[in-house]
Amino acid sequence: MRRFVLIAVPYLWLLALFLVPFLIVLKISLSDVALARPPYMPQLDLTQGLDGLLTFFSDLDFENFVFLSTDSLYWQAYLSSLQIAVVSTLLTLCVGYPIAYGMARAPREWRPTLLMLVILPFWTSFLIRVYSWMGILSTEGVLNQVLLFLGVIDTPLQIMNTKTAVYIGIVYTYLPFMILPIYSALEKLDESLLEAAEDLGCSRMEAFWLITWPLSRNGIIAGCFLVFIPAIGEFVIPSLLGGSDTLMIGKVLWEEFFSNRDWPVASAVAVILLLILIIPIVLFQRNEQKQREAEG
Amino acid sequence: MAQTVFAPWTDPDQKPIIEFRNVTKTFGEFTAIHDLSLNIYEREFFALLGPSGCGKTTMMRMLAGFETISSGHIFLSGQDIGAIPPNKRPVNMMFQSYALFPHLSVWENIAFGLKRESRDRDQIAARVEEMLRLTRLTKFAKRKPHQISGGQRQRVALARSLAKAPKLLLLDEPLGALDRKLREETQFELMDIQEKTGTTFVIVTHDQEEAMTVASRIAVMDEGHLVQVATPAEIYEAPNSVYVADFIGDVNILQGRATPQGDGVSIDWAEGQPPIRAATDTTFSPGQACHFAVRPEKVTIDVERPDRPNTFRGKVIDIAYLGNISTYHVELAGGHRMKAQMVNARRLANRQITWEDEVWVGFTDTAGVVLEE
Repeated sequence: MRRFVLIAVPYLWLLALFLVPFLIVLKISLSDVALARPPYMPQLDLTQGLDGLLTFFSDLDFENFVFLSTDSLYWQAYLSSLQIAVVSTLLTLCVGYPIAYGMARAPREWRPTLLMLVILPFWTSFLIRVYSWMGILSTEGVLNQVLLFLGVIDTPLQIMNTKTAVYIGIVYTYLPFMILPIYSALEKLDESLLEAAEDLGCSRMEAFWLITWPLSRNGIIAGCFLVFIPAIGEFVIPSLLGGSDTLMIGKVLWEEFFSNRDWPVASAVAVILLLILIIPIVLFQRNEQKQREAEG
Repeated sequence: MAQTVFAPWTDPDQKPIIEFRNVTKTFGEFTAIHDLSLNIYEREFFALLGPSGCGKTTMMRMLAGFETISSGHIFLSGQDIGAIPPNKRPVNMMFQSYALFPHLSVWENIAFGLKRESRDRDQIAARVEEMLRLTRLTKFAKRKPHQISGGQRQRVALARSLAKAPKLLLLDEPLGALDRKLREETQFELMDIQEKTGTTFVIVTHDQEEAMTVASRIAVMDEGHLVQVATPAEIYEAPNSVYVADFIGDVNILQGRATPQGDGVSIDWAEGQPPIRAATDTTFSPGQACHFAVRPEKVTIDVERPDRPNTFRGKVIDIAYLGNISTYHVELAGGHRMKAQMVNARRLANRQITWEDEVWVGFTDTAGVVLEE
């Protein structure tokens, strides 16, 4: 009995904070938009008994999902989000791996400080940090001022309101999520494995590709998912740095919800996004489990 | 049939495979190896023995190429290897932690070095199979390192380091992680494999028994110096210093003053005790301070006074029973203690000597060695 209670606590937590909200969103996505408060139909009215329940269910339909598949805007938004998430994940890996490698190879007494420096940006509000990137990247921003002053460019670069700005924003924001799992994988790596590889005829470079890289694979996979999953639904970074040209599903969702007040369509967009994300989330969980088994 | 004794170090025409010439290694302020010279010959099973921190591992890492030499030279088959990186040396090393690649199977671990040589596939497969057979691992070829036992891992590490047929194999505490029984078995296996492959082995160990069992010669090290380099028997029977006598095996060390007498010396070592008479080749000046070292198994213990050149009366204060042998701790008049070891040829119940018994300990004049201060 006590065991049951212990297990029940996390399940109740998940039920209350994940499953119930999801069911609500799913229900709204199957409803129709209405000029009412809340702005959708039908409403569940339990005072009418079984009849009310039946009419309620008969009013639900997949109309919104059909609409999403016919309007190319949504497909383009999903694809564009996917592309931005993939590219920025790869960019984050390219930036994060060398940093993690350097940290893991740094003298032992420096490592806590370096870890601290990686985590430090979290102490400032995420919004403020994204706003400060606007100050850096805009045409009158710090970056352009410096480049103009140095004579590298004649006319200011247009970085703000392009995909480049979105990539920079995402790489900057999610870099710690890439660095930390890779660092923890590399830190565990036994130095004598690299010596053994060298002893058996590898150059330093070969030893890296044959030993270090495959042994940090689990960290790389974990880091990539931790960046990819939130990046695909990212809303703040594309709307602040990406301008109107950047199409991302998070932004579409926000506009449907707040500008169009079309809650049902917005909910349908959210449900599909969740379905898209389930695949990488399941893969991520499996990777974590495999890693635990290998270490077990 | 008389076998020729393997002793290339006695033959002045033999060229050593490894030559340390005045090698010094410093780490910052600390000098790990002091101006050390040493020759190791082909097909030798050479042991570097010493307590931790004596520099034996540094010597090995310099041979493998993981440490640079501060001054001096190391020659391998006449070639100065100081500037050659580890991946270009015909030397392989078996690591103390084995350093098996956890993401590769046993087969791939053994093939790792061969693949780097860009040999063709069939050749590699044949060589790996040969190594698997040699180390009796054929059944485990497909397993990953974490799926096999400690003893099997040790054999994979050995097979991997032998696969490239190195001129020289370095073994860093190769048996340290195994339990006693497995360690003893593996020692003989190592010797067997060394003989079959004809490779020169250099082993680093702090376990004197292990060094005695496997090695053709042992170098006893202390604080970056070689104290004695000799065969196990010489090291044991004729240590050249108190350090070596004390480090290898059990020993009684008595301090005294030597007086030349006949072809040996007479040592005054304690008041009220007759002097020790011992044979020695070293010439001592009268009254020179010396140490006398005698192994417990060469000291006998009797109830009656035995007919031996050296006999002392004492009382048994402790008996360490080890099954096959017993070590008696005897307190002599004047408080000196001496250990005597006897084989337990009889069952315990028939043993004559027990605690508090008055006994005689005795040894011959050739039983011990006289060492200069």
